[in-house]
Amino acid sequence: MAGNITGHRFLYNFRKYKFLLYQLVSRDIKIKYRKSVLGIFWSFLEPLLTMIVLTIVFSTLFARFGVENYPIYLLTGRLIFTFFSGATTAAMKSIRGSAGIFKTVYVPKYIYPLSAILSNFVTFLLSLVVLFLVMTATNAPFTIYIIFTSLPILALLFFTIGVGLIVATVNVFFRDLEHLYGVLMTLLMYATPIFYPADIVPESFRFIQDYNPIYAVIECCRSVFLYGKIYDPYQLLFALVSAVVAMIIGLALFYKYQDKFVLKV
Amino acid sequence: MENTVINVENVKMKFNLSKEKTDNLKEYVIKFIKRELHYDPFWALKGVSFEVERGDKFGIVGLNGAGKSTILKIISGVMKPTEGNIQVKGSMVPLLEMGAGFDPDYTGRENIFLKGALLGYNRRFLEEKFDEIVEFSELEEFIDVPLKNYSSGMKARLAFSIATMVEPEILILDEVLSVGDAKFQQKSREKMNSLLNEDATVLFVSHSTYQVKTICNKAIWLHQGELIAEGSAEEVCDLYDKWINEES
Repeated sequence: MAGNITGHRFLYNFRKYKFLLYQLVSRDIKIKYRKSVLGIFWSFLEPLLTMIVLTIVFSTLFARFGVENYPIYLLTGRLIFTFFSGATTAAMKSIRGSAGIFKTVYVPKYIYPLSAILSNFVTFLLSLVVLFLVMTATNAPFTIYIIFTSLPILALLFFTIGVGLIVATVNVFFRDLEHLYGVLMTLLMYATPIFYPADIVPESFRFIQDYNPIYAVIECCRSVFLYGKIYDPYQLLFALVSAVVAMIIGLALFYKYQDKFVLKV
Repeated sequence: MENTVINVENVKMKFNLSKEKTDNLKEYVIKFIKRELHYDPFWALKGVSFEVERGDKFGIVGLNGAGKSTILKIISGVMKPTEGNIQVKGSMVPLLEMGAGFDPDYTGRENIFLKGALLGYNRRFLEEKFDEIVEFSELEEFIDVPLKNYSSGMKARLAFSIATMVEPEILILDEVLSVGDAKFQQKSREKMNSLLNEDATVLFVSHSTYQVKTICNKAIWLHQGELIAEGSAEEVCDLYDKWINEES
């Protein structure tokens, strides 16, 4: 079919299926908390409790390395990393999980990974409330720069969408990824200074931090939430460039193979 | 040509039937190295062309594996053909496996919106039609109960009510639907008939030539992915019936 109307069709499709996207995102969030007594409060409570546990375990250990406000240090890193790993894992499983639907009805396929990521993003935004509460409790600085954290967070969202599209596509053809991905995420978690100070990593391994887009986002947010300072613009630039690259690879891969999904799942 | 709403042009569809599914990396690499990655190509459609005009009730007959469902899936956009072109003008509702897309933890009310969104409707339209859907399905009392507590008949009633509540320009049907108990079957058959009698274009797949003859004005006969006959429903069905009798 004619290629010059593809862009137009994309927009038309997006308008037509906007409501579906909304439905899927709200479904994910509602179902997640439906049967629990505390419901949506778990998205505040879970990070808060984990933070308390990890603070008890690690704060004295790492105090020597000069981390001032360990709860905030930890929470910033953990919330960002949990969003990335949760959202990409959900996106990876989304195509196979919805096979029953797109085998019978035409729905643009990017809707599934996108809705999985967006519902995780909503939970992430809600959990930022916890961060602000803990910041108040620990007398962390509230500055105008907090508004500017939206830029690295936006970069993180697009980076996550890009990676999500890649793993969703790959998982259709090689289901092994589903098992491997958990291990990869654990590895990435330990390689990223989330609960330990960045300085304790030997010089020769620093490149892991330097070329880690998630860590760049964490760094940006930490300078604002922890020290009340604006972040290094190069870190933001690195996060943005990584997001664009991930999006380009993700979209190219997804669009190349999406017509084969229905034959493979 | 102006009246053509569905134009199918030389459509071919190939499936790769590998003996075992190669969907993990180890197997894939081993087979790739051993050069064992050969598939048996299976052509479900071998170059089929036809046109459907506005208002046609278009029947497709054929044996199992003739490619009937494949052509419906291609027309409804679920699959892309390996070769050939498809053009469809107008809104389309496929009434295939209507239960797909329900969430068991969602209530009936929530599922109406979820399923409606899957079919491509917006919130305003669904809110307008909501009462009508509930009334038709006769599930007023249970509408706020999670779907997992529904009986299969209740689920089918809800699915039918959502799917047929619209007046699509093109309706795609795999066998005539009648669901629920005897009372609801009567109602669903009437609803079906009213949908069939309107100016909607209907694509209808069936094993029963009797149904095709009563519903359709035109028909094609597919056999092993090839178009055997095309013409008025009467002619095609008679040819097909005659062939069946000779074969058996």
